[in-house]
Amino acid sequence: MIEILEKRDYRQITNEMHLEFAAVSANEAFARMAVSAFIAPLNPTIEELSDVKTAVSEAVTNAILHGYENRGCVTDRVQMNCTLKNDVLEVEIIDRGIGMADVGRAMEPLFTTRPEWERSGMGFAFMEAFMDDLEVVSEPEQGTIVRMYKKLGLTAWIGNEE
Amino acid sequence: MEEDFKVIDNYLMIRMPAEIDHHKSVDISSRADRYIVSKQVGNVVFDFERTTFMDSSGVGIILGRYRKIACFGGKVYAVNAGSRIRRLLLLSGMENIVEIMD
Repeated sequence: MIEILEKRDYRQITNEMHLEFAAVSANEAFARMAVSAFIAPLNPTIEELSDVKTAVSEAVTNAILHGYENRGCVTDRVQMNCTLKNDVLEVEIIDRGIGMADVGRAMEPLFTTRPEWERSGMGFAFMEAFMDDLEVVSEPEQGTIVRMYKKLGLTAWIGNEE
Repeated sequence: MEEDFKVIDNYLMIRMPAEIDHHKSVDISSRADRYIVSKQVGNVVFDFERTTFMDSSGVGIILGRYRKIACFGGKVYAVNAGSRIRRLLLLSGMENIVEIMD
Protein backbone atom coordinates (compact mmCIF):
# COMPACT_ATOMS: atom_id res chain seq x y z
CA MET A 1 0.00 0.00 0.00
CA ILE A 2 2.71 2.48 1.01
CA GLU A 3 4.73 1.76 -2.16
CA ILE A 4 1.65 2.51 -4.29
CA LEU A 5 1.26 5.90 -2.61
CA GLU A 6 4.93 6.82 -3.05
CA LYS A 7 4.76 6.18 -6.78
CA ARG A 8 1.93 8.71 -7.20
CA ASP A 9 2.42 11.79 -9.31
CA TYR A 10 1.70 14.54 -6.78
CA ARG A 11 1.94 17.36 -9.34
CA GLN A 12 -1.73 16.80 -10.26
CA ILE A 13 -3.06 16.31 -6.73
CA THR A 14 -4.62 19.24 -4.85
CA ASN A 15 -5.76 17.42 -1.70
CA GLU A 16 -5.64 13.96 -0.24
CA MET A 17 -6.76 11.98 2.81
CA HIS A 18 -6.44 8.42 4.05
CA LEU A 19 -8.67 6.78 6.61
CA GLU A 20 -8.66 3.35 8.14
CA PHE A 21 -11.54 2.11 10.25
CA ALA A 22 -12.87 -1.12 11.74
CA ALA A 23 -15.17 -3.16 9.50
CA VAL A 24 -18.24 -2.67 11.69
CA SER A 25 -21.54 -1.39 10.31
CA ALA A 26 -21.62 1.77 12.49
CA ASN A 27 -18.73 3.03 10.36
CA GLU A 28 -20.88 3.15 7.20
CA ALA A 29 -22.27 6.48 8.44
CA PHE A 30 -18.81 7.63 9.55
CA ALA A 31 -17.32 7.00 6.07
CA ARG A 32 -20.12 9.01 4.37
CA MET A 33 -19.68 11.92 6.75
CA ALA A 34 -15.91 11.90 6.30
CA VAL A 35 -16.14 12.03 2.52
CA SER A 36 -18.75 14.81 2.60
CA ALA A 37 -16.54 16.88 4.92
CA PHE A 38 -13.56 16.28 2.63
CA ILE A 39 -15.33 17.55 -0.51
CA ALA A 40 -17.25 20.39 1.20
CA PRO A 41 -14.66 23.10 0.25
CA LEU A 42 -15.43 22.42 -3.44
CA ASN A 43 -19.02 23.56 -2.95
CA PRO A 44 -20.62 20.46 -4.43
CA THR A 45 -24.34 20.62 -5.20
CA ILE A 46 -26.70 18.77 -2.85
CA GLU A 47 -27.27 16.24 -5.64
CA GLU A 48 -23.52 15.61 -6.02
CA LEU A 49 -23.08 15.29 -2.26
CA SER A 50 -25.90 12.71 -2.10
CA ASP A 51 -24.43 10.84 -5.08
CA VAL A 52 -20.98 10.56 -3.44
CA LYS A 53 -22.46 9.62 -0.04
CA THR A 54 -24.62 6.90 -1.58
CA ALA A 55 -21.73 5.44 -3.61
CA VAL A 56 -19.37 5.44 -0.59
CA SER A 57 -22.06 3.89 1.59
CA GLU A 58 -22.53 1.08 -0.95
CA ALA A 59 -18.81 0.37 -1.28
CA VAL A 60 -18.16 0.42 2.49
CA THR A 61 -21.21 -1.78 3.14
CA ASN A 62 -19.93 -4.28 0.54
CA ALA A 63 -16.50 -4.34 2.22
CA ILE A 64 -18.02 -4.99 5.66
CA LEU A 65 -20.77 -7.42 4.64
CA HIS A 66 -19.20 -9.31 1.76
CA GLY A 67 -15.43 -8.69 1.99
CA TYR A 68 -15.35 -9.44 5.71
CA GLU A 69 -18.47 -11.67 5.66
CA ASN A 70 -20.33 -9.53 8.22
CA ARG A 71 -18.10 -10.80 11.05
CA GLY A 72 -18.17 -7.44 12.84
CA CYS A 73 -14.58 -7.97 13.96
CA VAL A 74 -12.80 -4.73 14.92
CA THR A 75 -9.43 -5.98 13.77
CA ASP A 76 -10.79 -6.25 10.18
CA ARG A 77 -10.02 -2.94 8.53
CA VAL A 78 -11.50 -0.91 5.69
CA GLN A 79 -9.36 1.78 4.09
CA MET A 80 -10.77 4.85 2.41
CA ASN A 81 -8.44 6.98 0.31
CA CYS A 82 -9.76 10.22 -1.14
CA THR A 83 -7.82 12.28 -3.66
CA LEU A 84 -8.72 15.54 -5.33
CA LYS A 85 -7.26 16.50 -8.68
CA ASN A 86 -8.70 19.99 -8.96
CA ASP A 87 -12.45 19.31 -9.09
CA VAL A 88 -12.26 15.57 -9.69
CA LEU A 89 -12.70 13.31 -6.67
CA GLU A 90 -11.19 9.84 -6.59
CA VAL A 91 -12.36 7.54 -3.77
CA GLU A 92 -10.83 4.16 -3.08
CA ILE A 93 -12.45 1.70 -0.70
CA ILE A 94 -10.11 -1.17 0.10
CA ASP A 95 -10.66 -4.33 2.12
CA ARG A 96 -8.40 -7.32 2.77
CA GLY A 97 -11.31 -9.73 2.93
CA ILE A 98 -12.38 -12.74 0.87
CA GLY A 99 -12.36 -11.01 -2.53
CA MET A 100 -14.26 -12.14 -5.61
CA ALA A 101 -13.35 -14.53 -8.42
CA ASP A 102 -15.86 -13.05 -10.87
CA VAL A 103 -16.12 -9.26 -10.55
CA GLY A 104 -18.26 -8.93 -13.69
CA ARG A 105 -20.95 -11.20 -12.26
CA ALA A 106 -20.91 -9.42 -8.87
CA MET A 107 -21.53 -6.13 -10.65
CA GLU A 108 -24.69 -7.31 -12.44
CA PRO A 109 -27.78 -5.56 -11.05
CA LEU A 110 -29.80 -7.75 -8.63
CA PHE A 111 -26.99 -10.32 -8.38
CA THR A 112 -26.27 -11.31 -4.79
CA THR A 113 -24.25 -14.07 -3.15
CA ARG A 114 -26.40 -13.75 -0.02
CA PRO A 115 -30.12 -13.88 -0.90
CA GLU A 116 -30.90 -14.76 2.75
CA TRP A 117 -29.79 -11.26 3.84
CA GLU A 118 -32.70 -9.73 1.89
CA ARG A 119 -30.63 -7.00 0.37
CA SER A 120 -31.40 -5.50 -3.00
CA GLY A 121 -28.36 -6.54 -5.05
CA MET A 122 -28.14 -2.95 -6.28
CA GLY A 123 -24.85 -1.91 -4.62
CA PHE A 124 -22.59 -1.79 -7.67
CA ALA A 125 -25.43 -0.52 -9.88
CA PHE A 126 -25.86 2.49 -7.56
CA MET A 127 -22.09 3.16 -7.53
CA GLU A 128 -22.14 3.12 -11.33
CA ALA A 129 -25.22 5.31 -11.55
CA PHE A 130 -24.05 7.98 -9.12
CA MET A 131 -20.36 8.27 -9.95
CA ASP A 132 -18.74 9.18 -13.29
CA ASP A 133 -16.46 6.16 -13.38
CA LEU A 134 -16.00 2.92 -11.41
CA GLU A 135 -13.19 0.35 -11.36
CA VAL A 136 -13.18 -2.83 -9.29
CA VAL A 137 -10.10 -4.95 -8.73
CA SER A 138 -10.48 -8.13 -6.68
CA GLU A 139 -8.57 -11.30 -5.95
CA PRO A 140 -10.01 -14.28 -4.01
CA GLU A 141 -8.59 -14.42 -0.45
CA GLN A 142 -6.71 -11.13 -1.05
CA GLY A 143 -9.41 -8.49 -0.95
CA THR A 144 -11.09 -5.88 -3.11
CA ILE A 145 -10.34 -2.34 -4.29
CA VAL A 146 -13.26 -0.21 -5.46
CA ARG A 147 -12.13 2.99 -7.17
CA MET A 148 -14.65 5.67 -8.12
CA TYR A 149 -14.35 9.06 -9.77
CA LYS A 150 -16.63 12.08 -9.87
CA LYS A 151 -16.30 15.64 -11.11
CA LEU A 152 -17.71 18.07 -8.55
CA GLY A 153 -19.08 21.56 -8.21
CA LEU A 154 -18.67 24.61 -10.37
CA THR A 155 -15.48 26.04 -8.84
CA ALA A 156 -13.09 25.15 -11.65
CA TRP A 157 -15.59 26.16 -14.32
CA ILE A 158 -16.06 29.61 -12.74
CA GLY A 159 -12.26 29.90 -12.46
CA ASN A 160 -11.89 29.32 -16.20
CA GLU A 161 -14.54 31.92 -17.00
CA GLU A 162 -12.54 34.60 -15.23
CA MET B 1 -38.12 3.93 18.01
CA GLU B 2 -41.24 1.96 19.08
CA GLU B 3 -43.51 4.91 18.22
CA ASP B 4 -42.20 4.76 14.63
CA PHE B 5 -44.21 1.56 14.14
CA LYS B 6 -47.99 1.84 14.19
CA VAL B 7 -50.72 -0.56 13.17
CA ILE B 8 -53.83 1.05 11.69
CA ASP B 9 -56.44 -1.47 10.57
CA ASN B 10 -54.67 -3.83 8.20
CA TYR B 11 -51.70 -1.49 7.62
CA LEU B 12 -48.32 -1.33 9.35
CA MET B 13 -47.09 2.28 9.18
CA ILE B 14 -43.31 2.72 9.52
CA ARG B 15 -41.76 6.16 10.00
CA MET B 16 -38.36 5.74 8.38
CA PRO B 17 -35.31 7.35 10.07
CA ALA B 18 -33.31 10.32 8.74
CA GLU B 19 -30.56 8.08 7.40
CA ILE B 20 -31.23 4.60 6.04
CA ASP B 21 -28.17 2.42 5.54
CA HIS B 22 -27.35 -1.23 6.20
CA HIS B 23 -26.57 -0.51 9.88
CA LYS B 24 -30.10 0.87 10.43
CA SER B 25 -31.87 -1.49 8.06
CA VAL B 26 -31.23 -4.66 10.08
CA ASP B 27 -33.20 -3.30 13.02
CA ILE B 28 -36.03 -1.83 10.92
CA SER B 29 -36.53 -5.10 9.02
CA SER B 30 -36.60 -7.30 12.11
CA ARG B 31 -39.02 -4.98 13.97
CA ALA B 32 -41.27 -4.79 10.92
CA ASP B 33 -41.34 -8.57 10.63
CA ARG B 34 -42.30 -8.95 14.29
CA TYR B 35 -45.28 -6.62 13.71
CA ILE B 36 -46.25 -8.40 10.49
CA VAL B 37 -46.33 -11.75 12.29
CA SER B 38 -47.73 -10.74 15.70
CA LYS B 39 -50.39 -8.26 14.47
CA GLN B 40 -51.17 -10.16 11.27
CA VAL B 41 -51.04 -7.01 9.13
CA GLY B 42 -51.50 -7.40 5.38
CA ASN B 43 -49.93 -4.19 4.06
CA VAL B 44 -46.91 -2.04 4.90
CA VAL B 45 -46.59 1.74 4.45
CA PHE B 46 -43.11 3.29 4.53
CA ASP B 47 -43.12 6.99 5.43
CA PHE B 48 -39.99 8.80 4.19
CA GLU B 49 -40.88 12.24 5.53
CA ARG B 50 -37.79 12.46 7.77
CA THR B 51 -35.42 10.66 5.40
CA THR B 52 -32.51 12.66 4.01
CA PHE B 53 -30.23 9.75 3.09
CA MET B 54 -30.88 6.29 1.73
CA ASP B 55 -28.73 3.70 -0.04
CA SER B 56 -29.63 0.32 -1.54
CA SER B 57 -30.30 -1.03 1.97
CA GLY B 58 -33.57 0.93 1.92
CA VAL B 59 -34.57 -0.85 -1.27
CA GLY B 60 -33.71 -4.13 0.48
CA ILE B 61 -36.04 -3.31 3.40
CA ILE B 62 -38.98 -2.67 1.06
CA LEU B 63 -38.24 -5.71 -1.11
CA GLY B 64 -37.88 -7.98 1.92
CA ARG B 65 -41.21 -6.87 3.46
CA TYR B 66 -42.90 -7.18 0.08
CA ARG B 67 -41.77 -10.81 -0.15
CA LYS B 68 -43.16 -11.48 3.34
CA ILE B 69 -46.65 -10.16 2.58
CA ALA B 70 -47.12 -10.48 -1.20
CA CYS B 71 -48.00 -14.17 -1.01
CA PHE B 72 -51.02 -13.23 1.17
CA GLY B 73 -52.07 -10.52 -1.27
CA GLY B 74 -50.48 -7.67 0.71
CA LYS B 75 -49.04 -4.49 -0.77
CA VAL B 76 -46.22 -2.09 0.08
CA TYR B 77 -46.53 1.68 -0.22
CA ALA B 78 -44.07 4.60 -0.03
CA VAL B 79 -45.35 7.97 1.19
CA ASN B 80 -43.61 11.36 1.42
CA ALA B 81 -40.78 10.10 -0.78
CA GLY B 82 -38.68 12.99 -2.10
CA SER B 83 -37.19 13.05 -5.59
CA ARG B 84 -33.99 11.35 -4.44
CA ILE B 85 -35.79 8.37 -2.91
CA ARG B 86 -38.11 8.08 -5.93
CA ARG B 87 -35.05 7.98 -8.18
CA LEU B 88 -33.44 5.23 -6.09
CA LEU B 89 -36.66 3.18 -6.20
CA LEU B 90 -37.03 3.60 -9.97
CA LEU B 91 -33.35 2.78 -10.59
CA SER B 92 -33.90 -0.47 -8.68
CA GLY B 93 -36.93 -1.38 -10.79
CA MET B 94 -39.26 -1.12 -7.79
CA GLU B 95 -42.09 0.65 -9.63
CA ASN B 96 -44.06 -2.61 -9.98
CA ILE B 97 -43.48 -3.62 -6.36
CA VAL B 98 -44.02 -0.51 -4.28
CA GLU B 99 -46.80 1.98 -4.86
CA ILE B 100 -45.38 5.50 -4.53
CA MET B 101 -48.09 7.80 -3.18
CA ASP B 102 -48.09 11.61 -3.06
